[in-house]
Amino acid sequence: MKTVTAARITEAVRGLAIAAAHDLEPDILDALVAARDRETSPLARNVLELLMRNADIASRDEIPLCQDTGICTVFVTLGQEVHIAGDLGAAIQEGVRQGYEEGFLRKSVCDVMTRNNTGTNLPAVIHVELEPGERCRLRFLPKGCGSENMSGLKMLPPAAGIPGAVDYIVETVVNAGPNPCPPLVVGVGIGGNFEKAALMAKKVLLRPLGRPSEREDVARLEEQLLTRMNREGRGVLGLGGCNTVLAVHVDTFPTHIASLPVAVNIQCHSHRHKEVDL
Amino acid sequence: MSLLRAPSAFAADFKELALPFADGVVASLRAGDLVYLSGTLYTGRDQTHRRLCALLDQGKDLPVDLAGQLLYYVGPSPARPGRVIGAVGPTTSYRMDSYTPRLLDLGLLATMGKGARSLPVREAMQRHGAIYLAAFGGAGAFLSRCVLSVELVAFADAGPEAMFRFEVLNFPAVVINDVAGRDFYEQIGTGDTPS
Ligand code: SF4
Repeated sequence: MKTVTAARITEAVRGLAIAAAHDLEPDILDALVAARDRETSPLARNVLELLMRNADIASRDEIPLCQDTGICTVFVTLGQEVHIAGDLGAAIQEGVRQGYEEGFLRKSVCDVMTRNNTGTNLPAVIHVELEPGERCRLRFLPKGCGSENMSGLKMLPPAAGIPGAVDYIVETVVNAGPNPCPPLVVGVGIGGNFEKAALMAKKVLLRPLGRPSEREDVARLEEQLLTRMNREGRGVLGLGGCNTVLAVHVDTFPTHIASLPVAVNIQCHSHRHKEVDL
Repeated sequence: MSLLRAPSAFAADFKELALPFADGVVASLRAGDLVYLSGTLYTGRDQTHRRLCALLDQGKDLPVDLAGQLLYYVGPSPARPGRVIGAVGPTTSYRMDSYTPRLLDLGLLATMGKGARSLPVREAMQRHGAIYLAAFGGAGAFLSRCVLSVELVAFADAGPEAMFRFEVLNFPAVVINDVAGRDFYEQIGTGDTPS
C-alpha cells in the first residue's frame, strides 16, 4: 500500500496547471514544425511560424500561450493499492485554484444560470479510473472553448455505418471553419453509449500526437479522416493551405446492436496538457 | 527584445494603419489585406456586449463613444506584476453577432476577433461601411507584446470580460470583410486548391 497525501496532490495539480498554460509538449511543437515544412500557402506558413514564435515567447516570458486558459479536466488513474490521505477531489480543486491564481491564468468558469464568473476557475471536471497496482497518475487537460464549442456528438443509426460516421466527423471539423483555431488535433470516440463516446473523444486527445491506433482498421480510419479533413478544410486559422488538422486520434468501444454513437472533440493548435505520476 | 517595439511577425507585406482610422482608410481596405494596427482600440466580449446593449435598452449612454472606433473581442489573461497585460489573442466572434448590428448603428467602424460573421452582421457592415478583421487566434503571448498600455473602461466586475482601452503598436491582423461585402474566409480555397 502506497500513501499519497492531499497536500501532494494539490501541489502537483498547481504545477501542472501553470506548466500547461506556458509550455507545449514536444510532440505538438514538432507537429507545428512539420506542418510548416509541408505548407503550400505562404500566408499559412507565416502564421505557423508566428505560432512557433508564440510558443517560444510563452515559455520564456511565463505568459500563457493563449489568454483562454480553459476549463480544466483532470483524469486520475488511481491504483487500487494507493491510499489517498485526505479528500482527493478537494485536493485537485485546490490545486487548480492555486495554479490559476498564482500563475496569473485567466479565470474562465462561470455559473451556468447567472453567468457570474466563479472567480477561481473552479470547478474542474474530474474523472477517476481505478486500476490494479500502485500508480497514481494525474493528467491535466485545460481546454479553451473556441475549440470545445465546435465539438459534437451524434447517435447514428447502425445503417449509417463507418462511412456515415466519417461523413459526420469530417463535416464537424470542416464546418467549424476558423473558429477553433486550426490546425487542430481531433479526438474521436466511436461506440459505447452516449457518455462513453464523449469521454473517449476527449481522452484520446492525450495520446502521443500522431501515434496511430493499435487497431489496424482504426489506424486506417485515422489516416482516411486526416487526409479528407486536410483536403476539405480551409487551413491554418481558416486562412488557407493544407494544414487544417495535425492529427486525428480515434478510440472505439463495443456498442449496442441498435446504436452507433460518434463523438468528435476538437482541440486547437494550442494543445495544452501535462501529466505526472505521484 | 523590447516590449515597446513589437517584432515584425511576417515576411509578407503589411499595411501600417493608425487607430482610430483616418477618413477613407477603412473604405480603402480589401478582404485579405494584412495590416499592422497602431493606436487606440477598445475591447469587449460576451459580458461587455450584453451590458452595452442593456444600457442602450434603458436609453442610457455607453461608457465610451464607439463611433469611428475598433472593438476587439478579447478577454485578456491577468498581467504579471510589472507587465502591461497577459495573453491577448482574439476570441470567437460569432458569439457577438447578435449584438454587433446595434453597435454598428452607433458608428462603430471595425470589429476584430476570429471566425466568420453572420449574414445580418455582414449586411450591417455593408450598410455602415464598416469592416471586420481577424487577429491571429492562439497567438496571445506574442500579441501581448503589441500592447503598450491598458486602461479599464467599464464593467470591472466582469473580470476578464470587462471593457478595456488598449494602446497597441504593430498589432497584426487580416481584413476578413471589407466595405464592398467581400469575405476573405470565403475566398480561401480548400486544402485541395491552395489559394
Ligand atoms: S481555440 Fe484554443 S488557441 Fe484558439 S483562442 Fe481558444 S483556447 Fe486559444
